[in-house]
Amino acid sequence: MVTKKTLSRIRKAREAWEKGVLEGALVKSPEREMFSEFPKKRLYTPEDLADVDYLRDIGFPGDYPYLRGIHPSMYRSRLWGMAEYSGFGLPEDTNRRWKYLLQQGQTGVSLACDLPTQLGYDPDHPKAESEVGVVGVSCPSIREVELLFDGIRMDKTTIRGSTNHPHMVLWAMIIAVAEKQGVPPGKLGGTVHWDCLNEYLGRGAYIFPPEGAMRLALDFLEYGLKNIPKLSYMVNAYTIRESGATLVQEGAYAIGAAIAYIDATLGRGIDPDEFVPRLSFNLAIHMDLFEEVAKFRALRRLWARIMKERFRARNPATLHFRFGPGTGGSTFTAQEPENNIARATVESLAAILGGATYLHTASYDEALAIPTEKAVTIALKTQMILAYESGITETVDPLAGSYYVEALTNHIETKISDYLREIEARGGMIEAINSGWFQSEIARAAYQKQREIEEGKRIIVGVNKFVSDEKSRFHIHRPDPGVAEEMKRRVRKIREEREDLKVREILSGLTRAAQKKENLVPAVLDAVKAGATMGEICSVFREVFGEYRGPAF
Amino acid sequence: MGEQRPIRVLIAKPGLDGHDRGVKVLALGLRDAGMEVIYCGLRQTPDEIVRTALQEGVDVIGLSSLSGGHNHYFPRVADLATQEGGEGFLIIGGGIIPEEDIPYLTQHGIKAIFGPGTPIKEIADFIRSHVKRK
Repeated sequence: MVTKKTLSRIRKAREAWEKGVLEGALVKSPEREMFSEFPKKRLYTPEDLADVDYLRDIGFPGDYPYLRGIHPSMYRSRLWGMAEYSGFGLPEDTNRRWKYLLQQGQTGVSLACDLPTQLGYDPDHPKAESEVGVVGVSCPSIREVELLFDGIRMDKTTIRGSTNHPHMVLWAMIIAVAEKQGVPPGKLGGTVHWDCLNEYLGRGAYIFPPEGAMRLALDFLEYGLKNIPKLSYMVNAYTIRESGATLVQEGAYAIGAAIAYIDATLGRGIDPDEFVPRLSFNLAIHMDLFEEVAKFRALRRLWARIMKERFRARNPATLHFRFGPGTGGSTFTAQEPENNIARATVESLAAILGGATYLHTASYDEALAIPTEKAVTIALKTQMILAYESGITETVDPLAGSYYVEALTNHIETKISDYLREIEARGGMIEAINSGWFQSEIARAAYQKQREIEEGKRIIVGVNKFVSDEKSRFHIHRPDPGVAEEMKRRVRKIREEREDLKVREILSGLTRAAQKKENLVPAVLDAVKAGATMGEICSVFREVFGEYRGPAF
Repeated sequence: MGEQRPIRVLIAKPGLDGHDRGVKVLALGLRDAGMEVIYCGLRQTPDEIVRTALQEGVDVIGLSSLSGGHNHYFPRVADLATQEGGEGFLIIGGGIIPEEDIPYLTQHGIKAIFGPGTPIKEIADFIRSHVKRK
């Protein structure tokens, strides 16, 4: 960024400073041992940015290579979207929590479903036993979705759902209920939990092998691009990081998975310039503030470069890396949970300094259970304090030009790029998962991190250092055991009241469609409207696509 | 003392919970501590877990749950293990388990519960001092 002559003057001055000032000072006060994923230098200077060309590598916001942000005026024009994850008990309980959050200023709803729903089991399935309504709301049929959105204008609220492999079924229910409210699909907006591949590496909420899961995702995408233009499709690298992956592995997953999806859509004749602008990325935010900011900035530039050079994108929106990160649940501690409010603040700050489009701040009790109302409110208010009091939104990309942040951004971009090459060398993302290679890389990284904590290298306040004797007293959300019984009763009632013959016909039609190459959304829409349940539809898919079993570990 | 065979541990996740970072880390840690560890993957029923434990001839069964299924699944595994294999198994648990649930679990055959942040060494030491080798 500076001339050769200036650089050489700076180098000489630095060497003189090291001898004349630093050396003596270090004798008096030696440095502490530092620890982080990337070794940091003591000091960064213009020398670290000697190769940086401002116009080529940094540029302007809203313009290639988008390092400084995807919008020219960023938060000066529009703040990021704020939403909290919620779903518990009966659908009517979740509906009340949503209405409360919307009154508090939240702009969308984020639906947490229970595990049986996410895995395609109805509440009365033997495997669902004891897990109905526990980690989220049970959603076996269109009736539940009706109750969830009762009194909520679906065209005015963005909708995000956490159900992944059977997302097509959940969204069919959402579309059908919206129609009943008089809202056509074209007026719906929100984010689909669409990234079927992350389940094999991260959360473990998989049902089908990659082939079947990809088929469902692509069918829904095809339908969505035509009929619900405001919908976005989420690539979820958050769960990868939370499973113990490093920052580099997380970034490489985000881009590597997106490449796998683009390749697959190309196979169906979908133009990346039509599809990619609808992609969004969910990433994790961990505690190293500058590493996280640099990661977000690096991903934005790397993405733009790959889309331009590899996929020859012409639509500027294809080059935009849109991300809505969440504070890292795994950085929150079960010990002294109130400390997590401070962690949430640092991580949320990193997301905003990194240019997030959307932000999920976790509640301080998230390490323990579904958050209480008080904890959710504090999380939302944390974002509001940053947005309206801290002043960080007043200028675009405030950390740009920092010798440190730019050098770290360059370094992280190179590391992610190298890791992506490694994935490609192993045959691409799907192959890296099928062979179990990526899973074992992540497990190793998690183990490494655990050892660093146990050896006291990586400090976690309240866990391995500054541990207080007193036990925190806190209230955690306890699922009501009556919920499971009630949900079993409700799903049986639906099966009794519907026209059973019609449902059976529709389900055999669905089986035939699944065996062929037909797009499955219309048949699934018919099925949910006729009262077919999540479990019934998923068992059709299980039969046709099979079930996934993880590699040996 | 003659040479003893390594302690064999089965690590299992009963129920639908997919959080397996902790169990994978523990598996690697216990292997480093000289034990033989089998991790049987996600979503195992109590039946499947006990069957694997018997087939593999393990000394220890470690159960993990982070989504609230512990009170339901852990005692079932313990009961079945006792029915099918006698008193020989050392059964331990971990995950997100509220303090107030621990007495119930220990009364129902779970020898100890290890919460988040427990050092692997503590678990390995506990296993060594409580295991009954067959």
